[in-house]
Amino acid sequence: MAHIALPDESLPGIVGLFNFRPETAAPLQLLAETLLRGESPLTSGERELIASYVSLLNDTHFCHTSHGSAAMAHLGYDLSLIDDIKNGFQQIEVSPKLRALLHIAGKVQKSGKAVTDEDVAAARAEGAGDRDIHDTVLIAAAFSMFNRYVDGLGTWAPQENEAYREMGQRMAFTGYVRFPVKADTAEV
Amino acid sequence: MPHIPLPEHLPGITGLLEYSRVTAEPIRQLTQFILRGENSLSPGERELIATVVSHHNECRFCTAAHTAAADLLLGDTETCRIMKQDIDATPVSDKMKALLKIAKLVQVSGKAVTPEAVAFAKQQGATDVEIHDTVLIAGLFCLYNRYVDGMATVAPADSQFYRGLGQRLVDNGYNRLPNGYDHLKKQNQPA
Repeated sequence: MAHIALPDESLPGIVGLFNFRPETAAPLQLLAETLLRGESPLTSGERELIASYVSLLNDTHFCHTSHGSAAMAHLGYDLSLIDDIKNGFQQIEVSPKLRALLHIAGKVQKSGKAVTDEDVAAARAEGAGDRDIHDTVLIAAAFSMFNRYVDGLGTWAPQENEAYREMGQRMAFTGYVRFPVKADTAEV
Repeated sequence: MPHIPLPEHLPGITGLLEYSRVTAEPIRQLTQFILRGENSLSPGERELIATVVSHHNECRFCTAAHTAAADLLLGDTETCRIMKQDIDATPVSDKMKALLKIAKLVQVSGKAVTPEAVAFAKQQGATDVEIHDTVLIAGLFCLYNRYVDGMATVAPADSQFYRGLGQRLVDNGYNRLPNGYDHLKKQNQPA
């Protein structure tokens, strides 16, 4: 049970929190939409991998698996490959540039100060531009917030990858700005 | 030096929010509501939450800016100074102390927030919305602090700068100024 009384305890993760506080749900959903589906030199699939990877490092199962599912939907991979994120991307195709950016995202997860000039230079050497670096840092920072929000309020999360299949497809192809949020109850 | 070229007259977060105005918009909207919107916690109390998280993330720019805003809103400099050392000794309500402790846990990790810490805040009179907003403010400043330091933005050494910025946050809040920030170009020119 969550730390606070949610109007609908059946809604998992951040969905239950959106339902609790619509005033903050609107900008939070717009932020996810802008970061993950808005304009960027990184594809939505790449950005969802960054989001899922940071959430994994924060041990936030709901965000890790839902954004992993969205990444698989964008990239055309089977849902089971979400587990490859935990295994260090052995099967998912990750470009040298994205690998360098994931390294930066991992640093941001620890602390902003952990990102070094060398980390950034290594990403630039693989072809990353200003905007790639900016978007990576901001996505990693945003998931440092989303993960803390979801876990800090003690929300629940379905365990199995399968429970996130349709959710991920909706996140990928319909997007994040969706009202009412109750639409997410169906598959969990 | 920042990891990407940013406007020189806008240090810290201010340059990032102008560099990427599309992503800045929802961040500004969220911040304006959660720090300045109608709430049973005062703007000064909410700035204390922003300050304690930024302080423990060791983000110089955000700590100095939100300390300045909190000092102006609370009318003293002691509260922030003491809070950074010892939440229990801070001259705020018992409820606020309990919420600041939750914020400090969120700074470490969402999973660090225990049912006991939440139950204690409720015993001191905290409502579910206050607990929710405390966790979200603390989470939001984990975003800001990582954004500001992860991009290696400049934090001015001059304390006068932060007094000016704190005043701007008190007077205008967190929405983008209607005419932008070009008027700041002159006053930040090196002598």
